[in-house]
Amino acid sequence: MKKAAGKIGIIIIVAAFWLAVWQLAAALVGSELLLPTPFSVLKTLFKLIKTVKFWQSLLHTLLRVLAGFALGIIAGTLLGTITASSKLLSAFLSPLRSIIKATPVTSFIVLLLLYFSPVTTPIAVCFLMVAPIAWANVSKGITETDPQLLEMTKAFKLGRAKTLKSVYIPSILPHFLTAATTGFGFAWKSCVAAEVIAMSRLSIGKALYESKLYLETPQLFAWTAAIIIISMLLEAVMVRLIGRLKKW
Amino acid sequence: MVRLKNICFSYKSFETGAHEPRLECVFGDFSMELREGEALAVMGESGSGKTTLVKLMLGLIKPDSGSIEGLDGKRISVVFQEDRLLPWYSAKENIALVLHGMDKAEREQKALELLAETELSEAADKPIRELSGGMQRRVSIARALAFGGDIIILDEPLKGLDAELKKRVAERIRRHFSTILLITHDEDEAALFGCNRIISASEFRTA
Repeated sequence: MKKAAGKIGIIIIVAAFWLAVWQLAAALVGSELLLPTPFSVLKTLFKLIKTVKFWQSLLHTLLRVLAGFALGIIAGTLLGTITASSKLLSAFLSPLRSIIKATPVTSFIVLLLLYFSPVTTPIAVCFLMVAPIAWANVSKGITETDPQLLEMTKAFKLGRAKTLKSVYIPSILPHFLTAATTGFGFAWKSCVAAEVIAMSRLSIGKALYESKLYLETPQLFAWTAAIIIISMLLEAVMVRLIGRLKKW
Repeated sequence: MVRLKNICFSYKSFETGAHEPRLECVFGDFSMELREGEALAVMGESGSGKTTLVKLMLGLIKPDSGSIEGLDGKRISVVFQEDRLLPWYSAKENIALVLHGMDKAEREQKALELLAETELSEAADKPIRELSGGMQRRVSIARALAFGGDIIILDEPLKGLDAELKKRVAERIRRHFSTILLITHDEDEAALFGCNRIISASEFRTA
């Protein structure tokens, strides 16, 4: 209990310090257009969350992130399993992963807009960001599974299903969880970036772009703050879910 | 009776720059028999190929040439040299894992009985990571008893146990299995299992 209180105290002190730095910088700049004060951003954020547009944009962006993330995790897990179990397939497919990883996200967004609508492009972008991460991690988890434990399962005739449940899944899980948490962060950021470029209807990205277009800097900051807060909340939810999965 | 006939086996390793694999011969024309109801000890220093013999017997690796006869339809249990327990499971779950053809409650009951037999009742629900080396050894022995079968292969099974416990555990293993293949470098251990024949690992390559 004392420990928790101490931790919260530290968080408050650190947050207060950086808010003070921000406030000081804003005072020095002296222009709401270039750098709004924390108070002005907070006021705008409260105004924003009272609007229907805020919640609609949030919901649509969130659905796109979740769809792209889920598809990326599923595809990445499948590809990771395939490439870990066949050297030949790994040799054929691995360059694809390297190319996707090395390609700048903006190139993907512009390219995918040729094939997808502004609404679905962010989903495809999320997918392309998450899949290689899940692919690499799941593949690593499988190849690093303790061969002595696998021999044990053969000696005791555990069969495929039991070997999968008792050895492979627990060995892959830590790698999978790393992929899920890292991938979710990427999915969220790349989705908003794609929405900005694609001008996806009812999206956080479009709202961000419009704020910039109309030089509403406090609103730009407020949307960014909203993105950061939601991202942190979702990551906390995911860590909780993952904790439950680990216990299972 | 299990018969190993003219077994040859080499490990292949590739050295940097070499085009051909380097062959390290472990078994060269080696033959042996394990008769029903006997306790046979294979003795030798580490690195002499004793664990390779365990793997051959379990069918985990195939010999380069020669044959192993008499294993068809036989169930072989094993205590590996390393415990090979699942660190994410409890002692009880590790044992229940190898019990086939029972429902969950029966598996749990049987696992508890075997833990009691290996004097580990208090460790039943503890995760493997929290057990001492000697306790982990006994869990792996209890797992081998749970699997049961016609033959048991024991690769230095009593490592890390004190003298009194060694005696009791060996006695319990003998109660469950009449045909035993013991891999050890300790003559006293061979005596505890009543081994009436001893093969030296030095015969692996010269026989």
